Amino acid sequence: MARAVSNPRKALNTAIAWGIGLLIFFPILWTILTSFKTEAEAIANPPVFLAFDWTLENYAVVQERSNYMRFLWNSVFIAGGSTILGVIIAVPAAWSMAFVPSKRTKDILLWMLSTKMLPAVGVLYPIYLLCIQLGVLDNRYALVVILMLINLPIIVWMLYTYFKEIPGEILEAARMDGAGLKEEILYVLTPMAVPGIASTLLLNFILAWNEAFWTLNLTAVDAAPLTAFIASYSSPEGLFFAKLSAASTMAIAPILILGWFSQKQLVRGLTFGAVK
Amino acid sequence: MSSKTLIRTTSALALCLTASAAFAQDTTITIATVNNGDMIRMQGYTDQFTEATGIAVEWVTLEENVLRQRVTTDITTNGGQFDIMTIGMYETPIWGANGWLVPLDGLSEDYNVDDILPAMRGGLSHEGTLYAAPFYGESSMVMYRTDLMEAAGLEMPDAPTWEFIREAAAAMTDRENDVNGICLRGKPGWGEGGAFITAMSNSFGARWFDMDWNAQFDTQPWLDTLTFFEGMMSESGPAGYATNGFNENLSLFQQGLCGMWIDATVAASFVTNPEDSEVADSVGFALAPDNGLGVRSNWLWAWALAIPAGTQQADAALQFIEWATSSDYIELVAENEGWANVPPGARTSLYENPNYISVPFAQMTLDSILSADPNNSTVEPSPYVGIQFAAIPEFAGIASEVSQEFSAFYAGQQTVEEALANAQAITSEAMEAAGY
Repeated sequence: MARAVSNPRKALNTAIAWGIGLLIFFPILWTILTSFKTEAEAIANPPVFLAFDWTLENYAVVQERSNYMRFLWNSVFIAGGSTILGVIIAVPAAWSMAFVPSKRTKDILLWMLSTKMLPAVGVLYPIYLLCIQLGVLDNRYALVVILMLINLPIIVWMLYTYFKEIPGEILEAARMDGAGLKEEILYVLTPMAVPGIASTLLLNFILAWNEAFWTLNLTAVDAAPLTAFIASYSSPEGLFFAKLSAASTMAIAPILILGWFSQKQLVRGLTFGAVK
Repeated sequence: MSSKTLIRTTSALALCLTASAAFAQDTTITIATVNNGDMIRMQGYTDQFTEATGIAVEWVTLEENVLRQRVTTDITTNGGQFDIMTIGMYETPIWGANGWLVPLDGLSEDYNVDDILPAMRGGLSHEGTLYAAPFYGESSMVMYRTDLMEAAGLEMPDAPTWEFIREAAAAMTDRENDVNGICLRGKPGWGEGGAFITAMSNSFGARWFDMDWNAQFDTQPWLDTLTFFEGMMSESGPAGYATNGFNENLSLFQQGLCGMWIDATVAASFVTNPEDSEVADSVGFALAPDNGLGVRSNWLWAWALAIPAGTQQADAALQFIEWATSSDYIELVAENEGWANVPPGARTSLYENPNYISVPFAQMTLDSILSADPNNSTVEPSPYVGIQFAAIPEFAGIASEVSQEFSAFYAGQQTVEEALANAQAITSEAMEAAGY
């Protein structure tokens, strides 16, 4: 039974939640505001919050200097491709671990996760040499595969957790009704785990979108995504904070909008099975 | 445009057009470069190069540290991703010695390679062979507020000592109005605070290694350098200077919160630009300080264009380098954007040009560059080339760690003795592991 919460308590909780939310969002808000300032206003001391001469000049400069659409398309292709490919591979893997576990299932899961503990730079040279040998440096498809492999442990783990919440009896009933493995996964398991799969897709899309080690080190011109776009506006010798902020805003805008529209699914998926 | 310039530009254009006949119209070269004002400006003029030669240019612009990692990975694996790389004075002699760069011995007569400033040419060569052409060069110097100096009743000499700088910094400091007498780099990183303290230590008689490649952080000159630096910055520097680098100090200086700033000569054009700087009209320049030991504390650096050995388009790349680092390019920029915006510090002829030498900081920039000698950067003899670095492959890694120890001292997290002992241990261990 739900516990009754008094109005003042509810108001306090709401205020605290808003406070934390604004605190977390503030760096993004500041970046967006800075993108509309001049370079001099961007470094003004004390900083100006809203009372400055708003300008679109930084966006004009960024548009003129960079081919934004090419970077954007590469980001969509790489993040989308690696996420979809990852889920296609992870669904059967997570199904077998959740419903047909062996003695070693937990060890395998931990081993998979342990690959995330390796610093990426430790395997930069082997991967780079492999890409040279295969002729896939600065290639979008290569990055799709590499980012898929990097995020696969997380995808498997997330799906495994969601699948574990689904009663095995339902799948048994489907089998009794004559469903094969394919039908069982496609028509019984997957629809039931849609919130979980959706949140897995979204979270991994965001992870792949923001990945800034491999996407910077394995690309040059053709496959460079928005992470390379941002890196081209950062400089330790010269104050280009307003332009950097404009580039950053343009880079995060698509993912921010996607996150905004899909927040219900994201929250539902992330809290799936949290309350029994 | 003068008739001489017109003839030279036309000749260069004709030469480019003739040479370009050898290339297919769809020849494209890829250039990895760093994000700074001069490089971005060059990208804006690339269309003129393409029109003249038929060679298209793709730019990969990256933040300096990302660029360094990116091009190092590519050149050491012979990845062939770039036809031209923007590299500095640290990488050039090392990569040239390893055979990773194409020697620039095919430059045309019109290019006039002898016009490159000797210090730049020396720093970008290995055993007399030029491996990279300087796009712009820099040293370091004192930039100071003339109004605050006057108010303090002092006069900045052209070649100050560290004692004078400390005294002036204390006199200019006004804590109530947030004015710091001096702003210097304390940020960890071999190219940030590490570069500054190494150049400064040279003037105190310190060196990184003796002639047998033994680390020297257990010597008195290093103790003197760090003690002096920390003492002066505690008295007259900004709060949190241990995390300040070039950009942080530039921001403080432009807002009128620094009496003096000792840093890269390229900053002179920023701090005297009225659009960005509140103190543009009251900035003076002087040579980097010394201690009377015969070595000043200024460094020498160049961003230069080099051709990696793995490229398939060395001829087209060389053609671009000739265009971008030529006197004609400098005149092109001057014509469109004024002499204060041309890439400085690379060519002697620039400093013989009366239009340029009248720019307030031009003469002091030249004097600073000319007073820097990468082959004799220390008071005691040292086995390495370089002023703010030692041109050996191990240096970047070691110096990054050492500068972290120094920054921890500036931040009060350890004593100077601990910082130097740690630096000595880090360096000795790394050099031993590297087989020195």
